Amino acid sequence: MTAVTVNNIIKRYGKKKSVVTALHGISFDVKKGELFGLIGPDGAGKTSLFRVLTTLLLAEEGSATVDGFDVVKDYKEIRKRVGYMPGRFSLYQDLTVKENLDFFATIFNTTVEENYDLIKDIYSQIEPFKDRRAGKLSGGMKQKLALSCALIHRPSVLFLDEPTTGVDAVSRKEFWEMLKRLKAQGITILVSTPYMDEASLCDRVALIQSGHILSIDTPQGIVQQFGKKLLAVKAGQMLPLLQALKEHPAVADAYPFGEYHHAVMKGAGRQELEAYLVKRGFEFELKDAEPDIEDCFMGLMRDGR
Amino acid sequence: MRTLRFLLQKEFRQIFRDPGILRLIFVMPVMQLMVLPWAADYEIKNIKLAVIDHDHSSYSRNLVSKVTASGYFILTDYTGSYAGAMERIEHDKADIILEIPASFERQLVKENESKLFLAVNAINGVKAGLGSAYLRSIIQDYNREVRTEWIQFPRFSPETSIEITSSNWFNPLMEYKAFMVPGMLVLLLTMVGANLTAINIVKEKEIGTIEQINVTPVRKVHFILGKLLPFWVLGLLVFTVGFVIARYFYGIVPVGSLFTIYAFAGIYLFAVLGLGLLISTYANTQQQAMLISFFLMMIFVLMSGLYTSIDSMPDWAKAITRANPVTYFIRVIRMVVLKGSGLGDIRGELLTVGGFALVLNGWAVLNYHKRS
Repeated sequence: MTAVTVNNIIKRYGKKKSVVTALHGISFDVKKGELFGLIGPDGAGKTSLFRVLTTLLLAEEGSATVDGFDVVKDYKEIRKRVGYMPGRFSLYQDLTVKENLDFFATIFNTTVEENYDLIKDIYSQIEPFKDRRAGKLSGGMKQKLALSCALIHRPSVLFLDEPTTGVDAVSRKEFWEMLKRLKAQGITILVSTPYMDEASLCDRVALIQSGHILSIDTPQGIVQQFGKKLLAVKAGQMLPLLQALKEHPAVADAYPFGEYHHAVMKGAGRQELEAYLVKRGFEFELKDAEPDIEDCFMGLMRDGR
Repeated sequence: MRTLRFLLQKEFRQIFRDPGILRLIFVMPVMQLMVLPWAADYEIKNIKLAVIDHDHSSYSRNLVSKVTASGYFILTDYTGSYAGAMERIEHDKADIILEIPASFERQLVKENESKLFLAVNAINGVKAGLGSAYLRSIIQDYNREVRTEWIQFPRFSPETSIEITSSNWFNPLMEYKAFMVPGMLVLLLTMVGANLTAINIVKEKEIGTIEQINVTPVRKVHFILGKLLPFWVLGLLVFTVGFVIARYFYGIVPVGSLFTIYAFAGIYLFAVLGLGLLISTYANTQQQAMLISFFLMMIFVLMSGLYTSIDSMPDWAKAITRANPVTYFIRVIRMVVLKGSGLGDIRGELLTVGGFALVLNGWAVLNYHKRS
């Protein structure tokens, strides 16, 4: 029961001399009904991968299937059964909310009434503004409209490219609630995001960086893989502190993390580090820290280098 | 069919919601047709003439008043020195210098002959050529008058002369506008058709909506027809507005049938829309589309026989005009409006433009991919 399979996909841009490889042989599977997160910074290749899977882009090498159909051979079938919400709002700004929805329903050979139950939760929030032009909606409402339009033909797989980028914290939370309800309806959802904190909301995540997949696991699994001691350190002068942490031989890596610096330890060595920092004259606060996805991501990036 | 109907509905909605486009569609033809034909007139008038009169006799004054009475010349300067008049030419205050020598009248009376001198600013070749030709014929006319005044008997000149009478067919009054306005209508149709289509599709590329359409099962044919048909209708609408202006503003009533003109315009529009579509498949931004269509439009206008006669172009230029759809429609519309040609007379042009429509649209459809 796999909804999406990706097999060694390679995508290159440009010609001859200035070739940029966006995807270096990516492989993974997404199970039916799963909420799968593709987590990585800007330029990691998330959008390229989504465009390959939604049949907008041809990969140079490798194969992929969506809902059992090959993205190259059976692209027509795929277009009937996927929903795609690009990162940039791309509905008709000069058509009203209702006209946009009707339009997308029609070109998928369906009607709004037929699948109203699926979008009801989301659409009912923007229905009071249904005669407003889409371009005049607020960011959060635009996003709801885009999601409604992507769902109007009851897709079996939904691709959401950075749906929460540029959306306020409350709307982000709401949005993930909506995704959970859609998942309950049996829709497979692939969502990409640069926000590490959203990873824990997914069933499984793939960490992606510069076209390579660093790790694929459940959010808990990824955190468990971390396997190193992590310390959080805070002092009056944060910048010299970071420098000092990096110079200590027992510290594998150190990076700013909120109001603390996180120090990844090679072994134990907490006492030595404390003594070292005292000797360097820092007035500091030091405590044990639980690793989260971001720490794992930093760790994986460091190992990758 | 339902999909196509919805695509069309959406397209028309968007067009009618864009006040800019509507204004462009209606203001452009009105402006072009009301203003341009007056300016684009080949008849050279208002030639600035500087006269150097060394003679100051009644004959020289007669000559000058005859020249200015012709309506073609404006006497800007009446001086006694050549250097002064030349300076006027240098400052572009005069186009032609007419120098009358000091003994003009005396020589004419005594020796039966006299000389005049013309100096012409030839920067604008057409103006220089026509201006000096006008002036020369006025002077010849004057010469004849002087002769008849002196030779009382016999009343008629003993020299034999051939008198030429000509009759102007199809445009009896040689109305310049009857020739230009139909041509301008063609240009209008071309600009509206090619530009609007190209920009419209590229706009969808820019906003990203085309991507959203591409992931849907919409068929390429439907999408493209959904883009072409609205502009086909708009094009014919603009054309009609233009015809109404030509009828009531310039009094140009086509001699041939309107059906012939519209039949040709319909097919021609498909060729032009195909061109717009083709541009849109290559351009990624509206600026690019604008520049490409602007560039093509310049060539189309200058090499279509609208302003200059194709017959007097060099062979290679003639070859280019044959690859220019505008050429055919300008020829056809002049044939139908002025001469009353029917469908049978324009068969060749009709087939050629039909060919253009097929090739341009076919090329555009092949080049339009729903995925990259």
